[in-house]
Amino acid sequence: MEAFGNTRLQLRDNGRLRHFLTLDGIGRELLTEILDNAESFTGVSERTVKKVPLLRGKVIANLFFENSTRTRTTFELAAKRLSADVLNLNIDASATSKGESLLDTLRNLEAMHCDMFVVRHASSGAAHFIARHAAPHVSVINAGDGRHAHPTQAMLDMFTIRRHKGDFSQLRVAIVGDILHSRVARSQILALNILRAGELRIIAPRTLIPAEARNLGVHVYHDMDKGLNGVDVIIMLRLQRERMRGARLPSEHEFFQRYGLTEQRLRLARPDAIVMHPGPINRGVELDSHVADGAQSVILQQVGFGIAVRMAVMSMALGPGPAP
Amino acid sequence: MNKLFMTETAIHALLDGMARDLSRRIAEQGVDAPLMVGIHTGGVWIARELARRLALAMETPLGELDISFYRDDFTQIGMNPQVKPSHLPVDLDGRNIILVDDVLHTGRTIRAALNELFDYGRPRSVMLAVLISRAGRQLPIQADISGLEPAIDPQDHIILKGPDTLELYLGEPGAKDRAE
Repeated sequence: MEAFGNTRLQLRDNGRLRHFLTLDGIGRELLTEILDNAESFTGVSERTVKKVPLLRGKVIANLFFENSTRTRTTFELAAKRLSADVLNLNIDASATSKGESLLDTLRNLEAMHCDMFVVRHASSGAAHFIARHAAPHVSVINAGDGRHAHPTQAMLDMFTIRRHKGDFSQLRVAIVGDILHSRVARSQILALNILRAGELRIIAPRTLIPAEARNLGVHVYHDMDKGLNGVDVIIMLRLQRERMRGARLPSEHEFFQRYGLTEQRLRLARPDAIVMHPGPINRGVELDSHVADGAQSVILQQVGFGIAVRMAVMSMALGPGPAP
Repeated sequence: MNKLFMTETAIHALLDGMARDLSRRIAEQGVDAPLMVGIHTGGVWIARELARRLALAMETPLGELDISFYRDDFTQIGMNPQVKPSHLPVDLDGRNIILVDDVLHTGRTIRAALNELFDYGRPRSVMLAVLISRAGRQLPIQADISGLEPAIDPQDHIILKGPDTLELYLGEPGAKDRAE
């Protein structure tokens, strides 16, 4: 699944983060350090001056080959709270449409002394490709590539779970919905395995579960009521309507009937279970409005935590640390 | 190897003296409702001791400052893996601050702490109290209150251990110096 060459690419010789492309190959210690650093960055948002001078003078380019307003905005806000300068490049609309190659675009941005690329791309492996060809001083953060990975989203989800539940080892976590098309789910499963979550379930129709699912260390459920029984954390995925090809689903209505999270189904989980969703939510497709806005929903907290987690990843990648 | 520089008893004697100096200053300058802010980690321990001794004068809880995000050597040393969130219990606007650290050396930690304080608000005044003030300043920063100004070999590091038993140690070059 994570077949994009050497995962050591994202670590420096001293074991510190250089790029953040995937959770594959990241140790539990480093992952915990990201969460700990994010914890200390959450305070910055509550101050009079919502900024620390850590990355002053650094230039961070958001390279979005695929649109995503919220992800781009939280990366931008994270960079600005670290006092970095930010360039937002909507690549589809500029260079490539004039025939400039991806590598030429990169060389130009490097000539402008960019220190970091935040990359979102519809093709799996795009961030790895850019990291492999980037100049030595440049760090690359994967903000979602095809069906492959979305590591900062998974980390903000882990952060949200840890905030509410503390220890992972006793937790039952269910991921519900379109696993097949979801880079978020792939990264979440890796992260939950690295953090040794107690039990990991995926709940989806057969057509939306990848063939290799049984090798992921997860329990597969096709019946949502059974799958939700006694879980501590419910992660709903977005139905990737724009990525659906062919008739994998009869209708959105039927999907909601079988896999939508309603108040009634939520009662099957533990009474203190939290409900998560990477957004944007399709009300009435993945989850009921009452659940999305209900007391157990932490969906909006996830957005805020996303800024702190991205601040942690950016500052760790741009602060190389001592030589080994 | 670290060697003991000052015992707990001697440190507590210094703290008693600092507390006396501080309360005299507070009275002389008519400082109203001061907020004591310790710099992580040793400064917080010292602030706690001073606040306890000045119990009558202190009405507000302690503030804690972790200056890791304000260090000027971030690009060389990277993220401090043990950053603690800063915590300031009250609005700083118009407040009189007593900033507390364990060791004042180059002055860079205090520079960072002042910058961070001003990102929380606009204090009326900031006074600096340190347990140890040693030579080696690289910035125009001096303590208002200091427990001791010892002559220390410029190569040596001085390290406060705590928090249950406060002891000062001298470290050989290469020993990790938390303070500066």
